[in-house]
Amino acid sequence: MFTFKGGVKLPGKKHLSRESPIESMPLPKRVVVPLWQHAGSAAKACVTIGQRVRAGQPIGLPGGVVSAPVHASISGVVVEIIETALAGGTVSRAIVIQGSGEDDRLDLPPIDKWESADPASLLGRIDAAGVVGLGGAAFPSKVKLSPPPGKTVDTLLINGAECEPYLTADYRLMVERADEVVVGIGILLRVLGVSKAVIGIEAHAALAIKAMREAASSNPFIAIRPLKVKYPQGAEKMLIKALVNREVPSGGLPVDVGVIVHNIGTTLAVYQAICLGRTLIERVVTVSGEAIAQPKNLLTRIGTPVADLIDACGGATLGEVMVIAGGPMMGCALSRLDIPVVKGTSGIIVLPQHKETPPEDMVCIKCGRCYSVCPLGLSPSELADCAERGLLDEARRLGVLDCCNCGACSAICPGRRKNSEIIRRLKAATFKVEK
Amino acid sequence: MNRRASEVTLSLATGPYYQLPEATAAIIVQVAVALLPAVIAGWFFFGIHALSTIAQCIVFSVAFEAGFDFCIGRSPRIADGSAFLAGLLLACNLPPLSPWYVCAAGSFAAIVVVKGMFGGLGKNIFNPVLAGRAFCMAAFPAALSAYVIPVRSFLAADALTGATPLAVLKTKGMAALIAGFGDTAHLSLQLLLGNRGGSIGETSAIALIAGGAFLLIRGIITWHIPVSMIVTTGLIAFASGLHVDGAMVHCMSGGLLLGAFFMATDYTTAPVYPLGKIIFGMGCAAILMTIRLWGAYPEGCMFGILIMNIFTPTIDRLTFPRRFGEIKRRAQ
Repeated sequence: MFTFKGGVKLPGKKHLSRESPIESMPLPKRVVVPLWQHAGSAAKACVTIGQRVRAGQPIGLPGGVVSAPVHASISGVVVEIIETALAGGTVSRAIVIQGSGEDDRLDLPPIDKWESADPASLLGRIDAAGVVGLGGAAFPSKVKLSPPPGKTVDTLLINGAECEPYLTADYRLMVERADEVVVGIGILLRVLGVSKAVIGIEAHAALAIKAMREAASSNPFIAIRPLKVKYPQGAEKMLIKALVNREVPSGGLPVDVGVIVHNIGTTLAVYQAICLGRTLIERVVTVSGEAIAQPKNLLTRIGTPVADLIDACGGATLGEVMVIAGGPMMGCALSRLDIPVVKGTSGIIVLPQHKETPPEDMVCIKCGRCYSVCPLGLSPSELADCAERGLLDEARRLGVLDCCNCGACSAICPGRRKNSEIIRRLKAATFKVEK
Repeated sequence: MNRRASEVTLSLATGPYYQLPEATAAIIVQVAVALLPAVIAGWFFFGIHALSTIAQCIVFSVAFEAGFDFCIGRSPRIADGSAFLAGLLLACNLPPLSPWYVCAAGSFAAIVVVKGMFGGLGKNIFNPVLAGRAFCMAAFPAALSAYVIPVRSFLAADALTGATPLAVLKTKGMAALIAGFGDTAHLSLQLLLGNRGGSIGETSAIALIAGGAFLLIRGIITWHIPVSMIVTTGLIAFASGLHVDGAMVHCMSGGLLLGAFFMATDYTTAPVYPLGKIIFGMGCAAILMTIRLWGAYPEGCMFGILIMNIFTPTIDRLTFPRRFGEIKRRAQ
């Protein structure tokens, strides 16, 4: 079976939400739409306070080369332009819209014959629709689909791995909307001028594999490959290694090995942008965890407060909980629940209170497990030691900038050392010095 | 009663928010379990004195660790079980009749000096148990060479001193050793079972191999160190003129199997990366065979491991494996 070296087996917890069909959240009364919800520069507001807007209408235009537009997720009136907190502690300017109660959408005209459309115009539509990576990194798709001059792409990889525990949004999309995803893949192939696509799906997602195989059965350019269930199979470099056995060079990008990777949700958004003219104003969010009453996969408007999702799932079953935006490995615990859902919010996980190991009991015993699970072949315990001694050059030599923050090293450490967190700060410190 | 989002209290922590259940204490318990067959075999072969030595080493080790933590103003860490395991392993490396002061001195040297004073769990340079035994060998040479003939009874209290197989090998040669047991087949059987003189936990090859297999299956040790150490020992024995019989005897005698599975594989003092582990195992074997064949002592496993411990940091540095996507540049 297709896989990569390293990685760790985690309990999937998918059973909590994988049987729940995608359910539309009731229209929120008020949304806070951040202008900075993608990698790169924040969008710039193009509406004013008091302005009426329709769902789907642009409210923010790209703020730089690596950027994306942002659209109103509900119809109503712009009541405020504020600074809002995002998951993870960053702050973004945001447009607050008070809903009118009606879902009055402003869509772009569908592109009927995309099979013969000019790839550049398809790319322009993807850009105008605000499509960014929905796997969590929220990288502007238009930029990703524009390889730099001199780099050729021969294969498109579709990331259906969804390797984080609890998350089942992509799984449900594959089971319920396989045909639309396949159209999306076709569009991407046309945009890139490539005739080979490989979809990677973790082996335990049998229904998804079946649905995608049926949907793609008449398409000779699409192959579906089951992946060994291991975390972080969905990490870009690991997916590339498993599906086409190419190693993205240290410091490089997938285009360097002739590959571009797109998430399932992103692919569906591409389909919707081209064939339905829809701009990106909603996404499927898995709400799950041991402390939520009814785990669900909710189709949610961007800008909806996290609290609304929790209430829509019956609320929390405990008085003190940890609420994580994203998955339990790479996600971030929230300090407040009025934080808005953004394009990169793949899940909201509600867990019982976390029991922390006291710092003095966090001891590295040099067992080497962290090294054996690191998908990038790094030695997390050595890097963490470099951090504690301030050895930034040594850290760079040992490859700290390759770290993808997957957290496998922290999960496996018997000494409960917070390797992943220490290395994250170390990376930031090495950047500072380079500046 | 389910609570709305506005009614919950949020607990905060940095991620990741999942940890695999096998913590340090769980690993230590599993090593102790793996050691049990050898411990029981030692108690059976050497009688009640062996049990007493085991008990004393454990009690002294745990007491010294708690005492050391108290003296340096730290809350006691004995709950992780590492002191218990150190005591158990120390007893396995000591002769069955070790008097109380040998148990105490060995435990003190291991827990307080070699482990505690170097920074505690994860920070020691030398294997504490072997360093403790080395200290006892220097301080109490007579007690540490008082090996006994097996009594084969859990309750037996008297024991006759006798030479270990390696001692016979050194002073009288291979032929005499084989003659002493009857023939080669009988010798192999007794070595396999453990029916020979030696330290408490080192004699029963089959018990140690079972324990080692348990550790390998549970993923607590990898094959690299045991295999490289045992194979290299056998090869050197073979090549030294002792042929297959010699290889078999050397691999099952002395503290080799105990050392290969339980001592050399100590996380803190052995290399981390696979190639480094193989080099380490080969080095241990080379040193211990040198001592066994040409040195003054009949047995050298302890020294082999202690000396290789010194090289562990260097080996780690030199054997750092290629990273994912790393382009190894030729030397500039």
